[in-house]
Amino acid sequence: MEALYAITLGLLTACGVYLLLRARTFAVVLGLTLISYAVNLFLFAMGRLKSGAAAVIGQSSEYADPLPQALVLTAIVIGFAMTAFVVVLALRSLAEQGNDHVDGEEPRP
Amino acid sequence: MNHALILPILLPLLSGALLLFAARLNLVHQRLLSCLATWASLPLAGYLLWQADSGQLYSYALGDWPAPFGIALLLDRLAALMLLVTALLASVAVFYACRGDDQRGANFHALFQFQLLGINGAFLTADLFNLFVFFEILLIASYALLLHGAGAARVRAGLHYVVLNLLGSSFFLIAVGVLYGICGTLNMADLARQVAQATPDQQPLLAAAGLLLLLVFGLKAAVLPLYFWLPRAYAAASAPVAALFAVMTKVGFYAILRVYTLLFGSAAGALEGLGHAWLWPMALLTLLLAAVGALAARSLGVLLGYLVLVSVGTLLAGLAMGHVEALSASLYYLLHSTWLAGGLFLLADLIARQRGDKAGELQQGPAILQGRLLGGLFFLAAIAVAGLPPFSGFLGKLLLLQATPAAQALWLWPLLLLASLLVLVALSRAGSTLFWRTARDVHGRAEVDGGRTLACVLLLSCSPVLVLLAGPVLAYCEATARQLLDLAPYLALVSGGRT
Repeated sequence: MEALYAITLGLLTACGVYLLLRARTFAVVLGLTLISYAVNLFLFAMGRLKSGAAAVIGQSSEYADPLPQALVLTAIVIGFAMTAFVVVLALRSLAEQGNDHVDGEEPRP
Repeated sequence: MNHALILPILLPLLSGALLLFAARLNLVHQRLLSCLATWASLPLAGYLLWQADSGQLYSYALGDWPAPFGIALLLDRLAALMLLVTALLASVAVFYACRGDDQRGANFHALFQFQLLGINGAFLTADLFNLFVFFEILLIASYALLLHGAGAARVRAGLHYVVLNLLGSSFFLIAVGVLYGICGTLNMADLARQVAQATPDQQPLLAAAGLLLLLVFGLKAAVLPLYFWLPRAYAAASAPVAALFAVMTKVGFYAILRVYTLLFGSAAGALEGLGHAWLWPMALLTLLLAAVGALAARSLGVLLGYLVLVSVGTLLAGLAMGHVEALSASLYYLLHSTWLAGGLFLLADLIARQRGDKAGELQQGPAILQGRLLGGLFFLAAIAVAGLPPFSGFLGKLLLLQATPAAQALWLWPLLLLASLLVLVALSRAGSTLFWRTARDVHGRAEVDGGRTLACVLLLSCSPVLVLLAGPVLAYCEATARQLLDLAPYLALVSGGRT
């Protein structure tokens, strides 16, 4: 499970970084979203990967660490708000500058 | 438990929330509420500074959960000092904003309060994840403040700032995750204990997490490869916002100082001094390139942005040396550079308002209506910020140079003096363009506002005050540095909870 999990995170991050470097606002927003997904999953895995373990002591033979789950929840909420903000900002940028490059102008060919 | 500890967080939180509800209220009431809340933070910060000066560490357990398990706030001399820096800067900035800049868009005052909430929280928290949360609060408020009353330049500078910081937040979370995964705690003092006990196979991971934190805080503090967003963003922001942002790079500096003295400080065993090898060259290169940038700036706002970067380089050089004298010199320089940079941003706005369409561009423009007053202020502020006697910049740089050990002096002395010279040349060129190489007539729509001028003078006068009170201020800075480097009391805070 760990190997699959790690490959998934690596793939998500790699795609995110690639999209981020495209320097077009929509791609950048998608890239940031992918990276934040990868980070959230990573944070979750820091409580160690276990299946069938409740986050409450005494409910099952093994128990999962509840703290990373709480952290992930916070990170998801913050990431969601930030993504919403950056989408609006990207639209605003498109309206003000007339193109979707992050520098506000098309690169010279 | 001392409940005054949480007031610097609660006060802006409540007033910010009230201001959101009061958005329909007329502007006079909003301004009154915002000003009162901000000004109240000044005596509060003074009281906390007085408390912290006893040398005791004040820990505040939220929900009364003991330290490593619950979320804790921590007040030491450093946190109290940073609170005072912020409170003074914000008190003047909010007054300046009330003279008209808050009308350009909605909810200025609510955003301003949330920004203070984030900054104060970041200074007070003793928990790494909470530091992340407060960073996000101050960042999202700063995004909105930066774009307040938006124009094309602000949107463009804002997009870079937002995207870079979002990526920075991701790195921050990865670092926090690694630290938690290995140490099983997020309380900074407890983390310091766990880092000290790390086994050799855990140390490379901990070092990676520590350096990731350096990357994140370096982005906030705007050190060399990570500062390119700053000059344009600060130049595009409205004057009171730019003045308040003068403390934002210092939040990054504070975070580096806190993490690298506590987590990877003298108690960290094999990981002691992690990152110092990077900090020193980064600080020196930031110093040099920022001074060159200041020389090349084509508008006053960008020039001031580079001056902020020069101060960041100087501060980090003191931090990288890491001993008591260098740290206390750095802290003294931090007070000077934050307040003076804030004052200069306000002064730049005053000048721009009397130059019509030329605004802050460093080109020949109309004569300035209050040429003598503003020119005089600019002259004095330039002397202070470039580090010439008799003002606080000179004292701060002198202390830092004196504190440099011989081996490092070979690098720091020439670079710091060269940077000061470049800054002086840039400022005198800007000053002569703005005040002397002008047309004969003043601009028809030149604005004069006594309140704005007063706010600017208040911040700039911090520099002579810092010289007059240099004795007690330096004594406090030195006590702060000693407290930071003596880790035993910090570690004792969490020893009760764990076996």
